[in-house]
This record gives sequence, structure tokens and C-alpha cells, in this order.
Amino acid sequence: MIGMACYGVAGWLLLLGAIGIVRSRHLVHTVVSLSVAQAGTYVLLLGIGYQDQAGAPIVAQDQRQPVVDPMVQAMTLTDIVVSATITALLLGLTIQISKRHGTVDPDELRALRG
Amino acid sequence: MTLRARTWLCAAGALGVAVLLVTAFLRMPRFGGDLHVYRDLALPATLARMTPNLVSSVNFDLRALDTLGEETIVAAAVVGTLSLLQPSPAERERIEPQRGYVMPVVKVAGYLLLPVTLLLGLDVVAHGHLTPGGGFQGGVVLATGWHLLYISGSYPALARLRPIDWCEYAEAAATGLYVVTGLAGLIAGGAFLANVLPKGEFGSLLSAGTVPVLSVLVGIEVAAGLVVLLAQFLGQGLIREEHS
Repeated sequence: MIGMACYGVAGWLLLLGAIGIVRSRHLVHTVVSLSVAQAGTYVLLLGIGYQDQAGAPIVAQDQRQPVVDPMVQAMTLTDIVVSATITALLLGLTIQISKRHGTVDPDELRALRG
Repeated sequence: MTLRARTWLCAAGALGVAVLLVTAFLRMPRFGGDLHVYRDLALPATLARMTPNLVSSVNFDLRALDTLGEETIVAAAVVGTLSLLQPSPAERERIEPQRGYVMPVVKVAGYLLLPVTLLLGLDVVAHGHLTPGGGFQGGVVLATGWHLLYISGSYPALARLRPIDWCEYAEAAATGLYVVTGLAGLIAGGAFLANVLPKGEFGSLLSAGTVPVLSVLVGIEVAAGLVVLLAQFLGQGLIREEHS
């Protein structure tokens, strides 16, 4: 039950972010929607690595208690780093677009301009 | 395409993806079960390398090559943002130091939290192989702690204490030294980024071989990179509007 809820939230975030990008009227909103869509992957990855009654992946030398999967946690970390850098780069692009075209509405950006 | 048509097209696509996701999720291994193949492989390898923090061991030892790629992404994003947000000569003339009023309580809180945050950042970086944390997390804490000065309203102080040039050099040097550490592993251990340093005693600060070394290098790189990145965005905020 809780598993389906976890996967459901992951899928929901992904689709919600995608719909946000499609319906966006402001480029900053587009960038944030992309972050929301990427947040779905964090939930999915951490959900995959979860184990009932398992501890955090910080172990002692004679570890008895099982721990959750560290591999997906490391992948989540990579995911967050990539998301943050992409957000920074896209926001930089947004500032340039706003300067050059005088608008941040994707619908008004029709033609390429040098 | 109108917004309405686009929304319907997106809704159809989203429905398709949702069906695929649900079909996939229904065939996943049991949620919370004990089937974790990578964990079962990583745990003994990590214990043999004297690294209590499994995630750090995966990041900086077992899959250190991936972290090199990740680090390069950060460096590339910083370079990209630097070139995108470079003020033009006309904009440079309109840059003015920030004016405005900052509440005294915000100032005091900023100055009080500054040393605490910097210390916390250093702690998170230095103990990355022992406790939750590591280079990426600690680097972000360090860079944001630095910018508490900006929130406290002392932009001149921040500008003085923020040698952007040196941050750029530090970022490049840390990325380069990561590769050098990898090459040292190649020469001494026969594999790129092999963990060749002595592993030390389990749980002590100087243990786990190259894990803390790479963690500190990544910490320097991320902290310096983020300072440069935030400086570019904050610099944009200082450019006066043309029409005002």
C-alpha cells in the first residue's frame, strides 16, 4: 500500500511537472516545473532503495541491522546536483531571453533572433 | 499551437505515460523487501575499505568515475552561467551597490549564523566518509553560508570577502586535482581512481583512503563554483533598470 503511494507520488510529480512545462506562461515557471518533474525521480529512487526496518546507510564494523540501498541514494545525490546546475543554467538563459526579447512568455517567443 | 490544443495533446501523452508507469510499478519487486543487489555488493566492499558512510563510499570510491562526470557537469554549468550572465559594457556602467534598508535583527542573525554555518560546512565536508554528508552537501552549505553576508545587507563586505578570481581558480584546480588523484590510482593501483591510500582505522578522521581526499576536493569545487554562480546572479540584481 505504502509502496504504491510512494510510486504514485513519483509518477504524479513527473507528470505534474511535465504538464506545468507545457502550460507555462512564464519561463521561470517552466524552469521550476522542470525541477518538480525531476523531484519525481528522487522519490522513485529512494522508494526503490527502501527496506522495511532497515537503518540509514551509515554502518558500524559489526553491522547486524540491514541498511537501505546506498546506490540509489548516491544516484539521488547525483540527480539533485544535476537538477541544481540545470536550473542555474536555465535561469541564466531566462535572464538573457528577457534582456534580448523583452518578454519571458514562451508563447511570445516565436522567432530566433541573433 | 494554442494553449488548449497543447493541453489536450499533453493530457493524452501524460495518460499514456501514466498507464506505462502503473504497469511498470505493478511488476516491481515488493516495496520494502530485502532484494537489494547493489547494497549487498556495496556493503562488504565498503567495510573492507573502512568507510562507514556507504553513500560516500559509492560516490568517492566504488563509483568515483561517475562523480568525476558529475563534478564536470557542475564545472560546465558554472562556465556556462559565467558566459551567459557576463554584464555588457553598457550594463557595467549601470551597476550600483545595493541600497535599501536591512532590519537590525536580520543583520545580527546573519553575522551570528555566518561562523556557525561555515563551521558546519567544513564539518560536513571533512567528515563526509564517517557521517551523513560529503563534498557536495558541505560545499553547498559553505557557499550559502558565505552569502549570509549578502542577506545581512553588507554587499561591500561580501564583495571584499569574495575573491571571485580565486574561486574560479580553486574550482578549476579542485576539478584537476580530482583527475590527478585518479591518475595516481592508475599508476599505483592499476585502475583509474583506485583507492590506493592506506585505509586506516575504522571510524577515524584519517581513514578510508582516497574517500576523504576526493570528498574535500569536491567540497572545494562545489563551494567555489556556487560562489561564482551566485555572484553572477546577484550581480545581475545590481544592474539598475534602464528606464528608471
